Amino acid sequence: MSRDGRTPAIAESTLDKLLATKEIVVFAGSGGVGKTSAAAATAAAAAANLGGKVLVLTVDPARRLADALGVDGIGNVERRIPPEKFKEAGIEPRGELWAAMLDTKQAWDALVLQHTPDEATAYRILENPLYHNITSRFVQSHDYIAMERLYELHQTGKYDLIIIDTPPTRNALDFLEAPKRMADFFGGRLLRWLTAPYRAGQGRGARVFEVAAKPFYQVADRILGGQFLHDIGEFFFNFQTMYDGFVERALAVERLLHDHRTTFAVVSTLEAAPLREAQVFCMELADRGFHLGAIVLNKALPDYFLDEGARTAAGLLAEQPEPPATALSSIGVTALAEVDATARVLRTLGESFQNFEVVAKRETELRTQLAVTAEVVTRIPYFEVDIYDLGGLTRMGSHLFNTTEGEGA
Amino acid sequence: MSANPDLLSRRLLIVTGKGGVGKSTVSAGLALLAADQGKRVLVVEVDAKGNLTDFFEHHPVGFAPVEVYRGVHVLRMDTEASLREYLRIHLRVPMMGRIGPVARAFDFVANAAPGVKEILTIGKIAHEVRESMRGNAPWDIVIVDAAATGHIVAQLGAAETMREFVGVGPVRSQTQWMIDLLSDPAITALNFVATPEEMPVNETIELVARVRQELSVPLGAVLVNRVLPELFTRGDEEIFEALREPAAAGALAGEVGEGATAVLEGARLAVTLRRTRATHLQRLRDDVDLPLLYLPYLFVRTHGMRVTRMVAEGLSAELGL
Repeated sequence: MSRDGRTPAIAESTLDKLLATKEIVVFAGSGGVGKTSAAAATAAAAAANLGGKVLVLTVDPARRLADALGVDGIGNVERRIPPEKFKEAGIEPRGELWAAMLDTKQAWDALVLQHTPDEATAYRILENPLYHNITSRFVQSHDYIAMERLYELHQTGKYDLIIIDTPPTRNALDFLEAPKRMADFFGGRLLRWLTAPYRAGQGRGARVFEVAAKPFYQVADRILGGQFLHDIGEFFFNFQTMYDGFVERALAVERLLHDHRTTFAVVSTLEAAPLREAQVFCMELADRGFHLGAIVLNKALPDYFLDEGARTAAGLLAEQPEPPATALSSIGVTALAEVDATARVLRTLGESFQNFEVVAKRETELRTQLAVTAEVVTRIPYFEVDIYDLGGLTRMGSHLFNTTEGEGA
Repeated sequence: MSANPDLLSRRLLIVTGKGGVGKSTVSAGLALLAADQGKRVLVVEVDAKGNLTDFFEHHPVGFAPVEVYRGVHVLRMDTEASLREYLRIHLRVPMMGRIGPVARAFDFVANAAPGVKEILTIGKIAHEVRESMRGNAPWDIVIVDAAATGHIVAQLGAAETMREFVGVGPVRSQTQWMIDLLSDPAITALNFVATPEEMPVNETIELVARVRQELSVPLGAVLVNRVLPELFTRGDEEIFEALREPAAAGALAGEVGEGATAVLEGARLAVTLRRTRATHLQRLRDDVDLPLLYLPYLFVRTHGMRVTRMVAEGLSAELGL
């Protein structure tokens, strides 16, 4: 497609080939760029166009995917989106669309049950008052559990393509490191320190306090109080029983993220801050040897805002709307009979166009500055209406595919 | 509701909102407006993307407040530095310096223990406000570019959480004054930034309800960012529709060139966007019983000080200053 005779700074293409050769696509990006919608739309369009079984896994606690898919109560268990939903939208899907939403608490519970040596230990952990609190914030546990769940779903071998949305983190990189950090943590000295007061309370051995840990406890005791430390110690003491299974699993998860079947799609809007974050993220991916498959630029303004002819027309209308208004008053349309009123509207048209042109130019500049390359750089246009249903999602996703159907409604 | 929320009379303005709605822009605009009003402002950047100072065209700052513009100081939250300050001031524990393992252990506990990280954040903020009220810190107003909607309740509720978990000890006795300060409507207001789009509006409605239920923090206003202009009056819209008919559109193209088509199309996009957003705005008005302040969508090429100035002007008009 010609883009008004201009050469885009980066050649734009579509996701078809990428999605056809990969099994996992991890969608990442900063908050508010439409990452969740982009992931869901890509999955819907992949199911519609490529065929096979496509699963979209969202981990966002705000449960936006459920909103976007118009399906309430998608749980931790994956569920097929009824094919009728596609038919209602006038789409004949070639494949199946499945969706799951990550329930962090539920997933952690399952993990604990799986890796503890016996049920009694499992329940001691699950019932510890600190358990929920710790799992919900410790070592980016959302991130870890998302990647862990991805691994598990991939292991089932049920899906041809898994598309995963990532949690909104302060730092988009956190989830990349989550598996490794989890593994490191279990092997670390900190865990020994923290379990020390508990072991002391159990009366095992006389010299449980390591000398190095002493200043820590002196201070911690004064701030937090002994009972609190004891609770933490007990929790981690039990938690440690999961060590082997956990570390092994965390390493397997990490391997999967590096696997050639896995790729990353970085989503951004054409705004300065998100784009800068996206850029940093792309570079970090490369540094760590992950595969950057695509950059998805979301909510882009249409190209016609950069059209030269349109610019001239808008300039004329903004500056001198009277001559065209006069001409229009004589074409026999009642609504356009009054020159002054028509001129007012024409001026507004011109000025509004000029306003949006400024934004479109800013977007182009930002796109040019995007100094990273991915196999695919693609754009999703600004949708004038909200995407509520599967039809909308599929249309949105089709912008990422090499199909001609469906401009945004 | 359109009652003037008189935001700038408070000592502590906390600004939250979904990611990407312009929380930092609005915080910076509020800070500039307050400074223009002759107030000495401290902005605390909590959800550290570290770009708040960009809005003042100043390089990033750290935990020590730096004046980035006349009357506006910025500090970037750092829980570890906050812990050290706390230990130094309240417990007279000497700096733990760079003793790696001990510092890491604290970082660990701060991560693991419920509310520790949050209390170190909110504690530092409350500390600055209290010190300023006692005349020990120069701020007339503290503006917090706070955590996003997902984290703000945990952060503001940290003092209460802490009291539940930590039975005794100095930390417990340190929490009551924070709760008092954060609950005082003469001092504190929590504000929400939203854009008139579906998800930001949903999250704002949910968050306002949740905050009312779980926290005693007084609420200020909802700042609706990026409001598109209404292009046409009802009468003018009829003219616009008539212009889009083939005969008129063709005649217009004859007058100003083929580009007329794109101009009409662009206006249609603007009208539709405005209309879609109007329904979300209406939901916000219906479901949130707080003053709404509107900030226009800015059709500008650059960001930085110029945008901050425009936001401050918009806020000034909305607040009737």
